[in-house]
Amino acid sequence: MKPGAAKQGTRGGTRGVSIFAQAHAKWVGLALIAVALIGLPFALASVGTAWVRIANLAILFVFLSLGLNIVVGFAGLLDLGYIAFYAVGAYAYALLASPHFNLHLPFWVILPMGALVACLFGVLLGAPTLKLRGDYLAIVTLGFGEIVRIFLNNLSQPVNITNGPQGISRIDPFRFGSFSFSQTETLLGLVFSGPIKYYYLLLLLLLLVIVVNLRLQHSRIGRAWEAVREDEIAARAMGIDTTSIKLLAFAMGASFGGVAGGMFAAIQGFISPESFVLVESVMVLSMVVLGGMGNVWGVVLGAVLLSFVPELLRYTVEPLQKSLFGRSVIEPEVIRMLLFGLALVLMMLYRPAGLLPSVVRKRELAKPEEM
Amino acid sequence: MSQALLECAALDKRFGGVLALAEVGFSINRGEIYGLIGPNGAGKTTLFNALTGIYASDAGGFRFAGEALSGLRPDQIAARGIARTFQNIRLFGNLSALDNVMIGRHVRTRTGVFGAVLRTRAALEEEAAIEKRALELLGYVGIAARANEVARQLPYGDQRRLEIARALATEPKLLALDEPAAGMNATETLELKKLLERVRADGITILLIEHDMKLVMGLCDRVLVLDYGRSIAEGPPREVQRDPRVIEAYLGGAAAGASTA
Amino acid sequence: MDIFLQQIINGLTLGSVYAVVALGYTMVYGIIQLINFAHGEVVMIGAMVAFSVITALAGTALPPVLIVFAGILAAVPVCMLVGYAMERIAYRPLRGAPRLAPLITAIGISIILQHLALLVWSRNPLAFPQIIPLASFEVGGAIITGVQIAIILTSVLMMGGLTLMVYRTKLGIAMRATSQNPQVAGLMGIDIDRIIAFTFIVGAALGAVAGVMVGTYYGIAHYSMGSLLGMKAFSAAVLGGIGNLAGAMLGGILLGIVEALAAGYIGDLTNNVFGSNYQDVFAFLVLIAVLVFRPSGLLGERVGDRA
Repeated sequence: MKPGAAKQGTRGGTRGVSIFAQAHAKWVGLALIAVALIGLPFALASVGTAWVRIANLAILFVFLSLGLNIVVGFAGLLDLGYIAFYAVGAYAYALLASPHFNLHLPFWVILPMGALVACLFGVLLGAPTLKLRGDYLAIVTLGFGEIVRIFLNNLSQPVNITNGPQGISRIDPFRFGSFSFSQTETLLGLVFSGPIKYYYLLLLLLLLVIVVNLRLQHSRIGRAWEAVREDEIAARAMGIDTTSIKLLAFAMGASFGGVAGGMFAAIQGFISPESFVLVESVMVLSMVVLGGMGNVWGVVLGAVLLSFVPELLRYTVEPLQKSLFGRSVIEPEVIRMLLFGLALVLMMLYRPAGLLPSVVRKRELAKPEEM
Repeated sequence: MSQALLECAALDKRFGGVLALAEVGFSINRGEIYGLIGPNGAGKTTLFNALTGIYASDAGGFRFAGEALSGLRPDQIAARGIARTFQNIRLFGNLSALDNVMIGRHVRTRTGVFGAVLRTRAALEEEAAIEKRALELLGYVGIAARANEVARQLPYGDQRRLEIARALATEPKLLALDEPAAGMNATETLELKKLLERVRADGITILLIEHDMKLVMGLCDRVLVLDYGRSIAEGPPREVQRDPRVIEAYLGGAAAGASTA
Repeated sequence: MDIFLQQIINGLTLGSVYAVVALGYTMVYGIIQLINFAHGEVVMIGAMVAFSVITALAGTALPPVLIVFAGILAAVPVCMLVGYAMERIAYRPLRGAPRLAPLITAIGISIILQHLALLVWSRNPLAFPQIIPLASFEVGGAIITGVQIAIILTSVLMMGGLTLMVYRTKLGIAMRATSQNPQVAGLMGIDIDRIIAFTFIVGAALGAVAGVMVGTYYGIAHYSMGSLLGMKAFSAAVLGGIGNLAGAMLGGILLGIVEALAAGYIGDLTNNVFGSNYQDVFAFLVLIAVLVFRPSGLLGERVGDRA
């Protein structure tokens, strides 16, 4: 039996599917998905440009979830304050490309800088705290997230750095010379609005990020993360510098968050501390956990579901209530949060490994058999 | 090049008020199979943990291949050539046997984030080499057929052998085994003995904690006897076996009866 | 010097409340190694229930003390029920699971409770009727109000009562045994399911009273008041040493005093770069500092072996 084929059996995830599919069916399936993804923004735009924006936000959340997946899914570190890195990246971008300080650096300079700053924050936070046990790490990261938010909210005096609760507006969009991502253009008879342009850019970057994640997962580093997650003492005994490896995961996750934050700032054109509250950290963590912690595709699914379903709810529940009761009895936002909380509890009770579980996680969460 | 691979001098280890190890000193020569025996609670695993960096000693220290290693972290010590197994088996339970051994290769390989993401030629070659070596080692310890099975579902004896394969993957100079024969029947123990002799023949020095006296007698060149944290005898097993202090430690009182064979 | 004593008094009051809430966190963590994220919401529900009762009785001729007492009487059973339901439905099935699962569940419950409260009591902050007479006493240049005295006394009473129960009764021994080693406790004939449920219920009862105290002290209740308060109380529990009852009490009072002093002095100390709006940061900073430099807390943690 060839070793390569053998490995696919235990790794599961994407490779597991491809064994059983005929080569033809696999390519046809992929082609269909590609066409659907390429055509999606126009389909959505016909319903309303708002839906393209929702799709863009969904992709950003997928980014965030993949970044957090490295920390939580691969390395097994509980981070409840992940949104802080998103915030850092967003504010870094906003401060360097808006009228606030009157700096207008190009996006290809700022995005890497945002990633670097976020990475730095990640290292600063991680270095003293990654040695803590699981729940303590969770609380510390939560505290860190809140501290960042409070500072963002208050650093408007005596020197106005963040403009406090009002946030920073009129943030520059991405620009390539005269090609601006925020302007609508018509090409080949199709109308490319700003959001649609961003969609394609985001989709491209997302594919890149997915590839990076998959390659990391099945590499020497990915294995080292698994080892640390399984048994840190044994991992150390085998020569793995667990502290550095954990810090690496943390820093990488933070960098992803920073990049996503920068893009968020440019796309939305406006940011404020309100976008970076605790519930957002919980949301991203839920996307990872509910989708399937450690499984890249599971995480993608989780992020897409948790981004779109609330929006769908809002568009259906509101009119439904109006037609049944004549008015909105329960705001969609409240319904959304109630369902979300319920989903968290139910998932942990009945399907803790997530919708698309990673093979290893499923084993971890299975009842231990008698040896 | 000196004969001694590991030299330990006057090692103390305290836990609160308990002196778990007191002035323990011994040396292990290259190519030896060196046994560590003693009644339960004598401090054998504590000594192991001190030698592999899990505990820091309170006094004294040890030198390995001429270098002072006391105070280093476990991963640093593993990098310098001491690999160990655990009394209670610490495999990466939810991973496959193959993955377990491949992880053992981590310390001797280099591919980092960039190599992994960019799939450079060097990275791909190293990955193939890691897998190849891991499969070889699984075959070496006799569980090649189980390469893709989940570690915690392996039969007990195979789990112990997997742990040894994983330790060997780190290319140790000294292989430290904590009760490798625990729970094994006579046949398995014999196979283990043959395996360890093969390991020694391949140039690796072995230190092992064991309670199975038959194995110790048949396998070890020399043994160290610990009792209440002190070394009370060191030497070839047959001599140590007859040492009255050793007999007293095991059997208590003025017992001068026949040794366990 | 004036402000110092005043802040100490404020800090003691705030700290007593933190201490009582912290006890709930520390008991649950001590016994099943779970950070009960939803505990803050239990406190909030206590405040809300009391609000409803107090508002309903405010117009009557009953003496204010009785009205507040009625509030407590209503809040406690409701919160105990919530605490019991939480444990039974969501935490018990997850007792053997890896830490992440009950943590996520706790967050989920916290979200559910918050939004249920929102539905029942509306989104807006609720103002408690001003029925308590404004009695205040001067102490060395600072003022201490009747409410503050009542809060401190009530807290001391509850802390004392809990300590008595845990260290002098059979139930208490059972709790401590289960906390140290659940398996052996079970083998000794202790019904650990019951004991754990009881721990939640007691914590919830304490939380209910704390909620009423916070509500009457600040005069408002709001569906989201539980999360920040909960975080701070948890920080206090960690500060004192998680699982350690005395630690929770000490941690709570210390945190309250530190916060009050910081709020009072930070403007002066930093030349108005940082104002009292950074007050909330202190709890988090304390938490991070304790966990990084002295994770076992001031008085040492008391957490048993995890199965």
